[in-house]
Amino acid sequence: MSILHTVNKSPFEKSTFRSCLDHAKSGDAVLLIEDGVYAATKGTAAAKLIAARNGDLALYALAADLAARGISETSVIEGVSVVDYGGFVDLVAGHDVSQAWL
Amino acid sequence: MKFGIVVNEGPYTHQASDSAYQFTRAALEKGHEIYRVFFYHDGVNNGTRLSVPPQDERNIQSNWTELAKQHKLDLVVCVAAAQRRGILDESEAKRAGKNADNIAPGFRISGLGQLIETGIESDRVVAFGD
Repeated sequence: MSILHTVNKSPFEKSTFRSCLDHAKSGDAVLLIEDGVYAATKGTAAAKLIAARNGDLALYALAADLAARGISETSVIEGVSVVDYGGFVDLVAGHDVSQAWL
Repeated sequence: MKFGIVVNEGPYTHQASDSAYQFTRAALEKGHEIYRVFFYHDGVNNGTRLSVPPQDERNIQSNWTELAKQHKLDLVVCVAAAQRRGILDESEAKRAGKNADNIAPGFRISGLGQLIETGIESDRVVAFGD
């Protein structure tokens, strides 16, 4: 059973992103939305957490929330795919369960 | 596919309602069915018709009402959460001895059973909160 995890808080504000990575199984997907997209930026402590799971999880960030925070796609860590709301819908449909890390 | 949407936060303070609205629109555009949108906890504040945001700003509450009208959505507000926060329809206002109601068009007040039913009847449930 594959799970889509959504994280909506910055990794520098809450520990939900770390908890999510600790619980997510190989083959799961993590979608960063709202302030969660800060975890997708290059060169931060959160980037190291992502690197440690490289290839193991599918990572995504929501385009509208990146744009709203002035994060250009060139600042996004390689391996994190940028998706629009339609892509968000496809991710929910494509996984058995959605888990929101609120 | 049938989607159930849960909104746990009110408008303007958190992004949850905006995110849920955009997601719901995108799902409908892709031809999915929205089984129900359930507003719980502070999320019930999305269901008042008395908010008057500045005219050049998005109106979160009326956006939901408009979307519900276009797509015949079932927007359900949790009754216990609503009573605590002063969200009333005509019959709830009468029952509580209040002289006014404020539920927005397209919304209805019901119980947690509707959330359970959303979980049973939907292929996917997506929650938005803080």
